[in-house]
Order: sequence, then C-alpha cells, then structure tokens
Amino acid sequence: MTNTRESFILDYVRSIWRTVDRDIALVCLAVGVTSVSYGAIAVASGLPFWFPVVMGTLVLAGSSEFLFVGIVGAGGSPIAAVLAGLLVNSRHLPYGLALPDVLGGGWRRWLGVHLMNDESVVFALTRKDAARSYWTCGFGILLCWPLGALLGAGLGSAVSDPNTFGLDAMFPAVILALILPSLRDTRARRPALLGAVIAVACVPVLPVGLPLLASLAALAALPLLNRGLRTEAPTAEQGPTGVVEQEPQGSAGVAEQERQGPAGVVEREGRGRAGAGMGERGQA
Amino acid sequence: MIVVAMLALAAGTYLIRLAGPLLRTRITFPPGAEKLLDASAVVLLTALVAVTALTEGDGAADAARPAGVLVGGVLAWRKAPFMATVLAAAATTAVLRLL
Repeated sequence: MTNTRESFILDYVRSIWRTVDRDIALVCLAVGVTSVSYGAIAVASGLPFWFPVVMGTLVLAGSSEFLFVGIVGAGGSPIAAVLAGLLVNSRHLPYGLALPDVLGGGWRRWLGVHLMNDESVVFALTRKDAARSYWTCGFGILLCWPLGALLGAGLGSAVSDPNTFGLDAMFPAVILALILPSLRDTRARRPALLGAVIAVACVPVLPVGLPLLASLAALAALPLLNRGLRTEAPTAEQGPTGVVEQEPQGSAGVAEQERQGPAGVVEREGRGRAGAGMGERGQA
Repeated sequence: MIVVAMLALAAGTYLIRLAGPLLRTRITFPPGAEKLLDASAVVLLTALVAVTALTEGDGAADAARPAGVLVGGVLAWRKAPFMATVLAAAATTAVLRLL
C-alpha cells in the first residue's frame, strides 16, 4: 500500500521533472535570486518588509522597482520615483504591440497583460508554443519575484551582492540567447544593431528607460538598411538549427495564419524559423 | 504617501502593458505598420541586451559583465543549449570578478 503510494509520488515527481520547462525555470530562478537582493535593499532603505513583496506583485517589473526603491531610499521624492519607474516601464507599450496573440480573450487578457515582462515577451516571440511559454514564464516570475523579495526582506543585510555570482550578466545573456536565432536574419540584424548603438549612445544623456525607446529610431532607417535585400525572400533560408524549413518558402504566400515579420520573429503558434530553433532546444 | 506612489506606479505600468494588446485588437494596422511592429520587438530587445550588458547607471559597466555576456553570446551563436549559455555567462562574470 505504502509502496504503491511512494512509487506513485515518485512517478509524479518524475513526470513533473520531465514536463517542467527547465529553460523557463532557470530564468525564473535567476529572477528570484535577483529579487532577494531587491527585498534586502528595500528594507535597508527603511521600507517595511511587506513593501517590496506587495510592490513586486502589483508592479511586477524589476528594474522599475529597483529604481523606485533607490530613489525613495536616497530621500528623493515619491513622485520622481513614480515617474522614473513609468519611464523604465515604457518599453512594455511596444512589447504589447509586438506580442503575438497569446493572451486570449475575456478575463485572461486582463490577467495576461500583467504578466508581460522582458522574459515572457521574448519567450513568446521566439518559441513555437508562444502562448504556453508566455503564461508559464509570466506565472513563474509572478511567483518568484515577490517570494524572492520576501526572502530578501527577511534576511536583510545578510544578503550578499548577487553580482558576485555574475547574475547581472545572466539577464542580458538570457535575452541574447533567445533572440539570436532572429538576428541571424540580416533584415532583422541591421536595424537591431543600429538600435543597440543608438540606445547605448543615449545612456549618458537620457534618463533611464528612454535610451531603449530611442533604439526604435533605427526602424526609420529600415528602408535604407535593407536596401539590396529587397528581393531576398526572408524565409528561404535554413533554420538556425540547420534544419531545412518544413514550410514552403515565402511566408507571405502561405495561406496559414502564420506570419513572419521582417525580424524573423514567429507570429502566432507558427512553425516559423526562429520558433523552430528555439522550440526544439527549449524542451531538450 | 509611499504606498500611494507604489500604487500609482502599479496602475501606470498596468495601463502601459494593456495599451499594446488593446490597440492591436481595436485598430487594424496596415501590413507595413504590422511589419514595423514585429521588427520593433527585436530592435528593442537587442537594445535591452546592449544597455544591460554594457552600462550601469549612466556610465559603463565593469568589464566582467560584458565579457560574460559575450561568452554567452558566442555559445548561443554556436547553438549551445540555452541553459549552458546562460550559466556560462554568469560563471564567466563571477570568475572574472574573483580575480
């Protein structure tokens, strides 16, 4: 009796281990560890222990919360902290515009938009199972971010700097690894690199958050950047994994509701190029 | 006051997040504009990588961070598994900081 129950539990654990999305789990774990330092910094700035937890749940946008706590902790005005936070979060507007149809309708959409962040958006954009990846990553971060903050608030000054473990390199590496398949496409790479240069150049002169928006100016140069590439069908190449595209070339001609932007980013639950590469590796 | 400020940031952020999907369903964009919106995500995310890898505040980040991200980038380019890529980036930065 006990034996069967134990083996049942073991099977259950094994099936969780098999079904759990390890890539997303790793990203959420990293977010959680970062959040421990966020919670610690918040209480060190004199905020009550529940504050970073509640804020983490309601705002759910890490960099803006760090900034908010930093400004308030340094004795800045709360209004300035709100404005700076909103500026940092302004990138969620273009995210929402580019997000594939993963939210669904009704109440799901009202909850789903709250789960929008860098990680969930990049998973949704680059994976075959866009909707599932978006929601899994979104919920994972909704869980890990406030929990990490609670832990950090409890530990307080005992928390060591997560940068010691290179966690600050992890976030850009996560986003980079996920968008690289899209960047193999020249049409996407040129404006992306120009945008990156613009953003970095603006960092010393613009307030936080705005350099990212400034990167979108690269889109204005799109016709110029892609001159000479016009005739090249963007999907006629091979996938990033070297797997030959199962799709007939030229997504524009495909009658499916599968669209591929010039960026090579998969729209819908398509089997497009970027998605094929990430999807296959994602569940490895 | 501080709680009001936090709620204002939460509400404002929610509205920013809501605006994109809402606009996308309410307005039919011309195909050209839709392509632009799709391209904008990759531009934005690449800029985010560059800014978070290279800068800290309004100055440059310490060299260990971009070095780690670079290692991750090379591994990703060579199609290493995602987890190896990300952990290698963090490990590189961590080791460089120890030196």
